[in-house]
Order: sequence, then C-alpha cells, then structure tokens
Amino acid sequence: MSFQEHEKLHIEKNVKRELTTTESQILAAEWSEHCSYKSSKQHLKMLPTTGPNVIVEKGYDSGVLDVGDGYVVTVHIESHNHPSAVEPFGGAATGVGGVIRDILSAGTRPIALFDGLRFGNIETDSHARWLFKNAVAGIADYGNCLGIPTIGGEVEFDECYKNYALVDVAAVGFGKKSKLIKNHANIGDLVILIGGSTGRDGVGGSQFASDALEGEDRSAVQIPDPFIEKLIIEAILECRDQNCINAMKDLGGGGLSCAISETAESLGIGIELDVKNVHLRESDLAPEEIMISESQERMLVIASPDNLSKINSICDKFRIQCSVLGKVKEDKMMHVKNGNETIALLPADFVARGPLISREKSKPKYLSNLPVAPEPQNNLSFTDVLLKLLSSPNIASKHWVYRQYDHEVGIRTVIKPGYDSSVLRLDNGKSLSVKIDGNPKHCYLNPRQGAIGCFEEACRNVVCTGATPIGMVDHLQFGNPEDPEIFWTFMESIEGITDFAKSLNIPCVGGKVSFYNETNDGPIKPTPLIGVLGLIDSSPLHPNPPSENDVILLIGETKDELGGSEYYEYIHNFVGGTAPSVDVSNSKKNMESVLSLISENLVKTAHDCSKGGLAIAISELCIFGKVGCHVNLNKVSTLSTEKILFSESHSRYILVIEKSKLDSVKNILSEKNCSFSELGIFTSDQIIFESDSNPVLELIVDKAENNYLNSLGKIIQNG
Amino acid sequence: MKVGVIVFPGSNCDRDMHHVLTDVFDLNAEFFWHEKNLPENIDAVVLPGGFSYGDRLRAGVIAAHSPIISDVKKLAEKGIPVLGVCNGFQILVESGLLPGVLLKNESLNFMCEWTNLIVKNNKTPFTNKLELNQKIPIPIANGEGRYFVDEQTLEQLEKNNQIVFSYENKVNGSVSQIAGVCNSDGNVVGMMPHPERAAEKEINQIDHKPSSLIFESLVETVGMKK
Repeated sequence: MSFQEHEKLHIEKNVKRELTTTESQILAAEWSEHCSYKSSKQHLKMLPTTGPNVIVEKGYDSGVLDVGDGYVVTVHIESHNHPSAVEPFGGAATGVGGVIRDILSAGTRPIALFDGLRFGNIETDSHARWLFKNAVAGIADYGNCLGIPTIGGEVEFDECYKNYALVDVAAVGFGKKSKLIKNHANIGDLVILIGGSTGRDGVGGSQFASDALEGEDRSAVQIPDPFIEKLIIEAILECRDQNCINAMKDLGGGGLSCAISETAESLGIGIELDVKNVHLRESDLAPEEIMISESQERMLVIASPDNLSKINSICDKFRIQCSVLGKVKEDKMMHVKNGNETIALLPADFVARGPLISREKSKPKYLSNLPVAPEPQNNLSFTDVLLKLLSSPNIASKHWVYRQYDHEVGIRTVIKPGYDSSVLRLDNGKSLSVKIDGNPKHCYLNPRQGAIGCFEEACRNVVCTGATPIGMVDHLQFGNPEDPEIFWTFMESIEGITDFAKSLNIPCVGGKVSFYNETNDGPIKPTPLIGVLGLIDSSPLHPNPPSENDVILLIGETKDELGGSEYYEYIHNFVGGTAPSVDVSNSKKNMESVLSLISENLVKTAHDCSKGGLAIAISELCIFGKVGCHVNLNKVSTLSTEKILFSESHSRYILVIEKSKLDSVKNILSEKNCSFSELGIFTSDQIIFESDSNPVLELIVDKAENNYLNSLGKIIQNG
Repeated sequence: MKVGVIVFPGSNCDRDMHHVLTDVFDLNAEFFWHEKNLPENIDAVVLPGGFSYGDRLRAGVIAAHSPIISDVKKLAEKGIPVLGVCNGFQILVESGLLPGVLLKNESLNFMCEWTNLIVKNNKTPFTNKLELNQKIPIPIANGEGRYFVDEQTLEQLEKNNQIVFSYENKVNGSVSQIAGVCNSDGNVVGMMPHPERAAEKEINQIDHKPSSLIFESLVETVGMKK
C-alpha cells in the first residue's frame, strides 16, 4: 500500500499530522480506483441521469425507476473480474451477492439476476473451460439458493481474456415506492452491522482489484455464503416493513471503511464506532483489518435507538448476528475507536472523496494500422460457414449455461432465457424486459461506435418483446487507465454512450467502471457492457415459432460492416475491417416502427439481427420453428453475398409476419418511411438463401439445430 | 378452511406457493414459521421448495428436525392432506413421512427445465381431478432430485399405488422415472417438479390446465370438508 504523490500532498494539506496505521489502511482502500473512481468520476458526470421515470434519493447504491401504480424497479450492475480470474466459483458467487445487497439497500426485493461472462478460447484452452464452468457453477449455486432467478445474460469467448475472466452481474429489484428507504439519520441514531461475521477474507480486495492481476492473491477473494445472504434479505425486508431502518448501505469493496465514510458523507453526519463491537469470524484480527475486510453478506443499518429491540428480535428469528457498532454524531467525522483508544479520526468527506486524477489520452496506434479485409478463402462454401458459425461458442445456444440457473423461481419469468430479452411480470400488470449486451470485438475496432452498438443492441432486444426502453446501466471495463491509449478508448466509449443516451432520452440510472483488466498478454479489449430496461404496459410479445408460409421481413439496412464480425473472427481468424456504426435517426425510426407494429398486433415474432448477421438470425428462427426458409438475398442489398449474410450492421430486426397481415405491416412501415425488405418465407425443411436466382446456401434445419443446440455442451464435456 | 404454508430458513418458493393458493385458487393460505405450532384445525399443509438451511449436509435433512415437523406428522396421521414440493419433498423423505431418498441428479448439475409428468395415481387429495396417465407440462429446478428406493421398496410402492407421478422421459436418473410419491394412506404427497410454476397461463405457455388441476384437486378435497 502506498499513496501517489498528489495523494500524499492532499493528505498533508488536510490532515496536518502523520496518519495512524488504521487511517492509512482506510484511505488506501477508499481511495483505490475501485472505490474512489479517481480516473473516471469527473467523466461519468456527462451521462444523462434524469428522466420521467427516474427517482433520485441520496445514498442509493442502485438506480430507481418508477413503473407506475405506486411501484418501483431498482437496478444495479457490478463485476467481479479479478476474484473470478483467481477463484471462479467464489469470485462469481460473491459478485452475485454484492449486487443483490445494492438492490436490497434501497428497500426493494431482488427479483432477477443477469450475468455477462467472458473468457478465453474454450475450444483450445482447458484453463478457460475451467474458469467458465466454475463461474457458471458459482452463479448457479448462489442465485439458486437465494431463490432469485437468473433470467438472462450473455457469454462470450475471445483470446483477449486468456487466463482471465470478466464476470458481470446485474440485478433487478421490485417494491412499493412508499417502502423505499429514504436515507436519513438523526443525531444519536445507532450504527448497526447486520449479517455475516467479519474475517480475513477479502482484506485488501479493492486494492487487489485496482491493479493488474499479477499474483493469485487468494486472501483478497471473498468467501460466499448464500444461506446467510438469504436470511439477511428476509430479515432486512422485515425490518423495512416494520419501519425500523433510517438508512442502509451494503458492505462491498472497501468494507466498513467505505460503507461508514460514504454513508456519513452522503447524509452529512459524523459516525463514531468501536471495532471491538464488530462480530468476528477469527479473534486475532487487527483493528485495521476489521476496517478493510470485505467479508460478504453484511449490511450497515442506521436506526433510531427505539427500534433496536425490534431489529434484535427480527435478527434473532433468522439467527443472524447484529452488532451495534456506534452512533451518529453531528461532527461529520469518521471516528474509529478500539475500546477507549482512537485509531482513526478523519472528516468523512475527506475519506469518501478521494482526490481525482486527470488521465492523459491518446488515440491508440493500432487503430491506424488495422488490415482492411482477410485473404479470400475459396475452400469453404457458405453452407459450411453457416454450420461452423452455428457451433461457434459465441453463437451456439447457451442452454448448457442457463439450465443450471433456476430461472423460474419467483414465478415472474414470462419470457424465459434463450430468446432476445427476458421478461418479468410486475404486480401492477405491466411487464419488464431486460437485456445486457457487450461486444468487445466491435469495440476493439471502434471504441465509440462499438459502445453505441452494445447500447443499441440491448435496446433492440427489449424492443423485440414490445418494450419501450426507460433506463440503462453501464459497466465500463478496460485495461490500465494510466496508459493514455487505453484511457482514450474509455473516453470514446463513454462519450458514445452519452450521445446515444441523450438522443434516445434513455437515462443512465447506474453503472460501474472497472480498470486494470490486464492479462499477461496485455490489456483486454475495451468491454463496455450495457443493460437496458424496457417497460410494457401489458403482456409482452412472446417469441412464437414461425410456421410454413409466414413472411420474413427485414427492418433496417445491411451495410458493408464485416469488421469485428463472428464471420471475420471465427471463420477467417481475422481482426480488422470496418466495424458497424449506428445511424441514430434510423435507429430511432426502426425502434419506433417495430414497437408500433407490435402494439398493432401485427407481428408474430420479432428477432434482433446481430452476432453472425442475417444468416444466423434467420437460421435461429428456423431452428426455433423447426421449419426451413427460402430467402432472396437480392432483396437485401446489392452488396456481395458474403457481406449480406454475415455483416453485423445495427438497427436491424427480422420480423415474422403472417401473410394475412403483410399489407397492413407494409403500409405502416411505408408511412413511417422505415427501410424494410420482404426477404421470403418460411417453408420446407431446408434453409435456402439464393442470389440471382441461384441457391448460395442450402442446409437442412435438423443439421443446423444439432450444431446450434449441442456444441457448447460438447466442448464442456471435453473437460 | 385454511392451508398452512410452512416457511423454513432458506425456503424460497413459499411466496410463490402462497400466491398461487390465494390469488389463483382463492384458498385461505397462511405462512407458518418453522418454530411455530400448527393449529389443529388446519385443513391442508404445504411444504414449499427452496434451500432450507442452504442444503447443508444434505437437502432437507436439517429442516426435517424443525419443531414444526412433529405437528406436520400429527396432522398427517389424522389424514390431513400434506404436499411437499421440491425441497418440501426432500424434507418429507428426510423426516420419514415418505419413503425413499433424493440423490444428486445423474448430470451432477442443477437442472432447471420443462418436462412432462405422467399421472400414475389420481386418488390422492392433490390428483383427484386429474386423469390417470394424463400429461402435465411442468418445470423442474433441483440439484438433488433423483428419487431412489431399493427394489423391495419399489415393489411395495407399486403394489400400494404409492407412485403418484413419473417423468415421461429420462430426466435425472430416478428409479422407474419416479417424480412424486405418496404415503400408504395417500394423504401425504411429495413431488420434485413445481406445480406452482405451471398453474398460470402467463408463465406457462405450453398448457397451464393440468397443473391447475393439482390445486383444484386440493380445493375439491378441502372444500368438501367445509
């Protein structure tokens, strides 16, 4: 642990004495990149955060959206990358636990989980397979035990994550607006720690996460206990129902140091506590270790002394521990004692607001030297290419993953995993559609458009269920921010996301930045992840299997954008070319057009066209309906067959339309001046794409289905 | 008329079950914490799914020693209908109210997927409105759902008509593809799949009626008592 020069100056100027050991440890934890956002905080301000549905309260760890009729939805996203790269089961599981407590701390019940997982090449690298299998098992073990359904997410594999793992978890909560915790505190209120005991696990976790992963620092990885977490959820919600809680915060990165200083700072109060009151897992913990331990399943609650007996009896009922650490004072100081001895005494805002850093940025040199297109390969037919793409781990069905997650518990899951976006029913008769999306291959080639593309893709997915986007969360994952080239990619991403959010009026209600994601071979590709929440006034559009003679309609334009496509990267092993860009006005128009067709009940099924391009999107529908198709590629554009089939251009949707409704659909699309093409119909048992009246691709649906459904499971069976 | 839904530490399908009993089938259901007593005038008891005690030691084994289980046993002896779903089934076998054990699935993984049940006994309080051999589309969600009994016990179960549900296909390696059994009197039923996740049209796109009949059977049984 060491402070940087400007941090030392900041301490000298403000403290004017030597720091105690505990103070140094507290500041090192709280001022780590992980907790203080020192490189990113000033830039995150550009994101639009207000909107008609957004509820803003001080001290919330999650975003709160009003969904009408007195109900709210809460959402938060986090990652647990460093821990998961060392110990995937525990790292992924505790990642789930942390984000759930953020939802809980607003006073809402967690109702759904989503996870974005990224690893190296699982086909060739047994370590990547081990990381993947165990991260999935960790998420399953934790989420299933809690009874919170894991209903969506994505899994991606790329060489840039070799020996590393990105484990992103988003959680959604639901509750009554009247029961939201209105964070406040009165002088004399008690500061209470509820939940698991504090141990040595996770000591220094924030600093560990704020540096490149070099050693396997296992003690910095937290230990999961989902049973305790489940008891905490029920106990806290019971305390909420009995109005016992004035303010609440989850203990996450930085442990008590972070929770105490940030709570005091956001409420404008002082907190005095005695570390001797903390219930411990091991008796020989040093006071400073108690302050920075990141042991899981702990909540900090501020309550009036009158409510202590109620809180105690609720904790007794659930057999969870509850310790009064100290009390709320007027002086705005963070005062830590060890018995009678003061071991830290610093202004709370000084601790909570670490000095920020202006990072240099410069456009990466690699971007100017990217190759344009791969050497043509004549040995593979388009049929072979499609078969191979269908079994690519990035495209093949993720059934092997989500069948390990209980995605039904809570009986809200109206649209289940495996489709574009999962949908939950809410108590007011409305439905919530949620999707998370990332695309490091596009982002590597064009950080700005790549990030916008992830955002647009998540929007398209919720739109396919008939939902209007009402909010988003972002998780920005990059390498070392001290490298100006990496910082440039971060700035490009956040500026792109900001522009798109403003154009579409979708507020950012939460997010996270994770830097120092580096492997032995260098930084990861820029990996922003976007989660979009969409609201439907009634039931969603269910994915209905296409049947014989249904019409295939493509909305949107297909462009010469094969850069970063699965076709270039998986088939040609080629990194380069032009990655897809989003045309904001077309994006908006297409979204609105699809939504209005769905609301007019004219669409049988809407499917997002993304990874693998048009060929994959239509094949997926054929596999779903167990029916073939006859598609005329000349209707799409005049581009080459290769580009039409596999370009991953944005703002495109495949609509399945019943013949009787086709005229009405066309009328509406023409009125809206929306670009569309009628590609053909679903028919027979073969996927047939033709160009200039000649078939260019022919594949039996059964064969396509076999590759699509079984490939991932087969790879895993290889051990 | 009252149905008791028992809540153990770690139960997580208790609220789902309560919702279906009350909001969908208009029954008067009430939660009972595992340390409370069950009133004697209760008409039916449901042990919901979840992870009681985090599945520690073995699924259901700790909850089987909860204070409330002795009340459940007394009521079961009196012939009161008792249904255990998923972890509730595991608790019923661990407490000796039902025969057999539930082992780790053959896949060694947690499995959440839809499957078809076949009704093998339509004389229980939870199946009396179903047809024999009727198909029920329903989801399973468990890690330890593989039903096992020795051959001798299996013969007895078959002889006494104690196999209530079997899986249409091989799902998890259960003996005789058994998905649910009852006691010899037929009033205590345990099943691994989740009927409360399949009894509403909104969350069951395939066919919610067969699962609904499980609850309607209960309505018929306790309704007659009124």
